[in-house]
Amino acid sequence: MNTRVSEPRGALMLSAFIALIFQVVPLPTWLAIVRPAFLVIVVLYWSISAPRAGGLFLPFLCGLALDVFRGAVLGEHALALVIVAFLAIRFHLLIRNKPIFEQALFAFAALALYEFVVWSIDGWSGHSLNSGLRWLHPVTGGLLWPIACGLLSRTHRPR
Amino acid sequence: MVAFGGSGRPVHSRVAATGLAFTFYATLSIVLMFLDQRGNWLEYARYGLSAAAYPVQLAVNSPSAAWHWVRESFATREALQARNDALRAENRELEMRALRFEALAAENAQLRALKAALPEVVEKWLPGEIMNIELSTLRQRVIVNRGATSGIFKGQAVLARGGLMGQVLRAGPWSSEVILITDPEHAVPVQVLRSGLRTIAVGQGNAGVMTLPYLPVNSDIKVDDQLVTSGLGGVFPAGYPVARVIEVGRDPGQPLALVRAQPLAAIDRDREVTFVWFRPGHPAAPAPSTGSAAVPSLAGTAQDTQ
Repeated sequence: MNTRVSEPRGALMLSAFIALIFQVVPLPTWLAIVRPAFLVIVVLYWSISAPRAGGLFLPFLCGLALDVFRGAVLGEHALALVIVAFLAIRFHLLIRNKPIFEQALFAFAALALYEFVVWSIDGWSGHSLNSGLRWLHPVTGGLLWPIACGLLSRTHRPR
Repeated sequence: MVAFGGSGRPVHSRVAATGLAFTFYATLSIVLMFLDQRGNWLEYARYGLSAAAYPVQLAVNSPSAAWHWVRESFATREALQARNDALRAENRELEMRALRFEALAAENAQLRALKAALPEVVEKWLPGEIMNIELSTLRQRVIVNRGATSGIFKGQAVLARGGLMGQVLRAGPWSSEVILITDPEHAVPVQVLRSGLRTIAVGQGNAGVMTLPYLPVNSDIKVDDQLVTSGLGGVFPAGYPVARVIEVGRDPGQPLALVRAQPLAAIDRDREVTFVWFRPGHPAAPAPSTGSAAVPSLAGTAQDTQ
């Protein structure tokens, strides 16, 4: 990649790894239910602010890691993440220039879409889990978005 | 739903060929899902991936493991003494029960007109420790630090203190995923110890409760009845304690009774579990295994079994 600004690949990998760990660290049940999908938020951030750095390979890889850690059908979270990241990359110029509040709304929508895809695949593959609690984390994820942006933008020079 | 990105869109030219990449990765994911669902084609890939995941699991588990170690090593003499005494008392009690057990086994053999008492149904057991890893919050699954290198196999029964805990869902090389009897996707064939009534206990996604959804209103079941494994289904042997009935609701307008039971195993309190191997051919052992079909749709999960 011969881009003018070097792509923040190291920060990207490191942040994804840390997010994965946050995602599997055991928490008390009530906290675990509202735990935001850290990895999805990190992937969204990079898709919007440095779409070339991770491309769609990073979302795919992160999704596969989630599948392995969650014991889900292989490819389930990968597909959900690839879809969400694709939309984010497609509209990254649009989203990037919005105020942080609107970005948070977009993050909420993206997380809800992600959960919807996972929920659909759960149903199709015969592992349906129709608990309303699974729809809580997009809300906390949206609330976390400004903080996540603030933290992640320090790791590279935003363009 | 999603339009494919054509080439040569000036506004999005910074991101080359995303539409193509999307098609590629989406198809790849779907193919993976298909292969993983149908047949066991990805068994080896999963095995390798779970080996790759093991270091991360170890790392995530290490703080709590270290904390346990510190607490163990700095335990006071009094605390150790007290625990030692308690264990000794428990051991004596178990010994006393075992004394009678020999005689009972012989008597049972006589009653059944067998030539000699049968050997114990459990051939071998192996303790394992639950690793502190969160799987899915709303499902009841745990990772245990024993895997295929210790001989763990898929569909193996797992016991905990007090009773039945679950079965192995997936065995990695050094760790395995155990689905608990309280998982909403798990069902275990049980029998009411008092009346011999057979039914199925289904998990609820809650460590403290199971339901017995298939009992008619007039069935012979009461609060405090003990449920043991019935030995049907081919995974669990007969006679292991599973749960205690805590609520029986009979609504005359409904065809089925509403029965709830509490698992006897210390599912959310204990870190130690036991993997067991059963003597094949023993009357109490699960029916002869037919390969991976040893987990039929009733006993255990629909997941990954054909």
